[in-house]
Amino acid sequence: MSDALLQMRGISKSFRGVQALKGVDFTVRAGEIHALMGENGAGKSTLIKVLTGVHARDGGEVLLAGQPVSPRAPRDAEALGISTVYQEINLIPELSVAENIMLGRQPRRFGLIDWKALHARARSALQRLEIELDLHRSVSSCSLALQQMVAIARALDVNAKLLILDEPTSSLDEHEVAELFKVLRRLRDQGLGLVFVTHFLDQVYALSDRITVLRNGELVGEFKTAELPKLLLVGKMLGREPAATEKVGATPVTGDGGKSSGDAFLVARQLGRKGAVEPLDLEIRKGEVVGLAGLLGSGRTETARLLFGADRKTSGTLTLDGQPAALSSPAQAIGAGMAFCSEDRKSEGIIPSLSVRENIILAMQAGRGFVRLLPRGRQEELAAHYIQALRIKTPSPETPMQNLSGGNQQKVLLARWLCLQPKLIILDEPTRGIDVGAKAEIEKLVDSLRREGMSILFISSELEEVVRASQRVVVLRERRKVGELSGEQINEGRIMEMIAAHE
Amino acid sequence: MSNAPASIVSRLAQSRLIWPLAGLALLLLFNLVFDRAFFDLSTRDGNLYGPIITVLRLAVKVMLLAMGMTLVIATGGVDLSVGSVMAIVGALVAFLAERAQLGFPGLLAVGLAAALIVGLFNGALVAYIGIQPIVATLIMMVLGRGVALSITGGMPVRIEDAGVLFLGRGFIAGVPVQIILVLVVFLLTALACRKTAIGLFVEAVGDNEVASRLSGVNARGIKLLTYIFCAVCAALAALVSIGDVGRVEPDRLGQMLELDAITAVVVGGTVLTGGRFTLTGSLIGALLIQTLTMTLVRQGMPSDVAPVPKALVILAVCLLQSARLRAQLAALFSKSRRAVS
Repeated sequence: MSDALLQMRGISKSFRGVQALKGVDFTVRAGEIHALMGENGAGKSTLIKVLTGVHARDGGEVLLAGQPVSPRAPRDAEALGISTVYQEINLIPELSVAENIMLGRQPRRFGLIDWKALHARARSALQRLEIELDLHRSVSSCSLALQQMVAIARALDVNAKLLILDEPTSSLDEHEVAELFKVLRRLRDQGLGLVFVTHFLDQVYALSDRITVLRNGELVGEFKTAELPKLLLVGKMLGREPAATEKVGATPVTGDGGKSSGDAFLVARQLGRKGAVEPLDLEIRKGEVVGLAGLLGSGRTETARLLFGADRKTSGTLTLDGQPAALSSPAQAIGAGMAFCSEDRKSEGIIPSLSVRENIILAMQAGRGFVRLLPRGRQEELAAHYIQALRIKTPSPETPMQNLSGGNQQKVLLARWLCLQPKLIILDEPTRGIDVGAKAEIEKLVDSLRREGMSILFISSELEEVVRASQRVVVLRERRKVGELSGEQINEGRIMEMIAAHE
Repeated sequence: MSNAPASIVSRLAQSRLIWPLAGLALLLLFNLVFDRAFFDLSTRDGNLYGPIITVLRLAVKVMLLAMGMTLVIATGGVDLSVGSVMAIVGALVAFLAERAQLGFPGLLAVGLAAALIVGLFNGALVAYIGIQPIVATLIMMVLGRGVALSITGGMPVRIEDAGVLFLGRGFIAGVPVQIILVLVVFLLTALACRKTAIGLFVEAVGDNEVASRLSGVNARGIKLLTYIFCAVCAALAALVSIGDVGRVEPDRLGQMLELDAITAVVVGGTVLTGGRFTLTGSLIGALLIQTLTMTLVRQGMPSDVAPVPKALVILAVCLLQSARLRAQLAALFSKSRRAVS
């Protein structure tokens, strides 16, 4: 314990009477990557916000390298050597790489910015990560992974001892994640303490040395990653027996237990959009889950938007339920029995300041037009029904959407579409950024919808999920369909081969 | 038991109507103490007169404009052209009444049709071409004033149409027609927003346009509709205004009123970034500003200087509406409650 870089002891914090942290201990050693795990609402982000000075703690003590500290603002924390890289990359897209790294602490000479010193310091910050990057490039022209690196370089410039990464990989594809991990390991070897918050279990095992698990604001325990099997970790996060979670996670749906009647609901022939998706053929039958696999940027979301009429096609034909369809707006697609849960919940899904009830009935009301207002009683009935059926955790149907956690927001969005009783629902990354419990619930829901005869297009960057959920998998690479697997052929290895194959 | 009043206080402290209402109440209280005559009401030929009635009459234009402006702002837009729309409609009505001997129904129809066209133009630029609202409506603001001046050749024109004059100066059952008109427009707008889904769609589009569109909401159509409605409100404000004054001066009619309307909406509690809106709040906002101006003038402040305290009051109300300050105030209330119990 003597080499502890950070020790937090007995940390407590409550908001308006709700105890978010109850006497939590958290220790990070120099030269280790420490994963902080827990479901949504476990207290991860509160703990980090206490550490970085966003929230003041109610009780407990924080020692950094043996010295008691109590930062009152993120700036204090940075000065102490505690830096944070957030999930949403906080960079200014039009400024250069160097400017972003040095923003807010530009070296000055005679009151003016000393550009030479600025570039020198930015260069040395990037060198520490051992990455090559043109300092003069605007950040918006860099890939997301590079932007993430710039954000890390920015955090590291202030002689950080402790680096906190909050969901750093949620917008990166596999290759980019590998790049990021290389950098993180390098920093660990330089003696930095790293705190890693993520929902991806595989990444925790690939990267971290130790794991601290929180649940309901309490410490469950600290474990060496090598000594904690994945199943046990999930059990500790959920507070359930491992056997039970195993059953949820591994529901076999590859058989033909549903009403997969063989009639196609959607048939696309050479459907494409210039610059977004090369012409492709696609068929989704009734009562079938078709998975769409591929790396980030492979055209998964673009395909979904094209099918839904959010973007217009430039080639090919689309048939829905045997009828030729020319969709030029989402409203038309919805009218034809389609629904689309976007991957970008925050900017394309939720209406943040409207209530849960209003968010649920929005699509249905839009379908009725503005004159025939859904009676208030019916609205409340629908909201109450879906809050119960999908187990949406909300204080009331009138709570603003922005107050809900990510998983519950996702369920509200599902409710928005399910109340239309669509014939086809497109789920684009429905489990991104939500906790393990909600993930399992959504997977179960997908399976039961399929059994009721709904067609589902399931998009996920977690292959494991695609394999589990789908009867057929369409693989995309570089905006092109490169193959299709069905039934017994579907496994992660085959899909990865197809994604990785060269022509 | 002791909880109930405190919870009402803290709920009120979180409502967006509380601060404009409190400001208005404070002003009225001030007048009650220092200027009793402010509340004097008299009847002449059975018609109501008095400082309060004057405040209401003077606030009518801004209240009408604020109705339309509220919906435009709720979609995340803004309409700078309403003052110029008033000028166009006023000039057109005066010109046609004089030259074409058009009767009141014809004048009303022409005025509303002109507003419709301008609203369509504004709305199309914003919703379908994607020009930023402030720029799109700035175009009409500049263009409209010029059009109005060229209609009348730059000269003031007298209004003699009995219908228009009645709108501005008439009384129904002792109450000025203007005030009744505002109430009718307010009630119809509120009904249209809450008894149909327009209110929901406007708020959804203002809060997250992309998500609304993906949910099947006709976001462009909704935006277009709000700009048309806003221009129609401006046309009504123009008719009331020229009927009251009895003449049209196309270079002055409606000038700077767009800013008063925006101020009324913001003071009333609708935020400029769009989303949730309150029509009642906008009415109260317009009344607050007019009551303040009237109070200052009656206290002997020269009307040139009156804008300064006006600005300060607007600042105060906006500060009180800031979420952060409100949360702190709410915390203060709950703390004092705890201390009491």
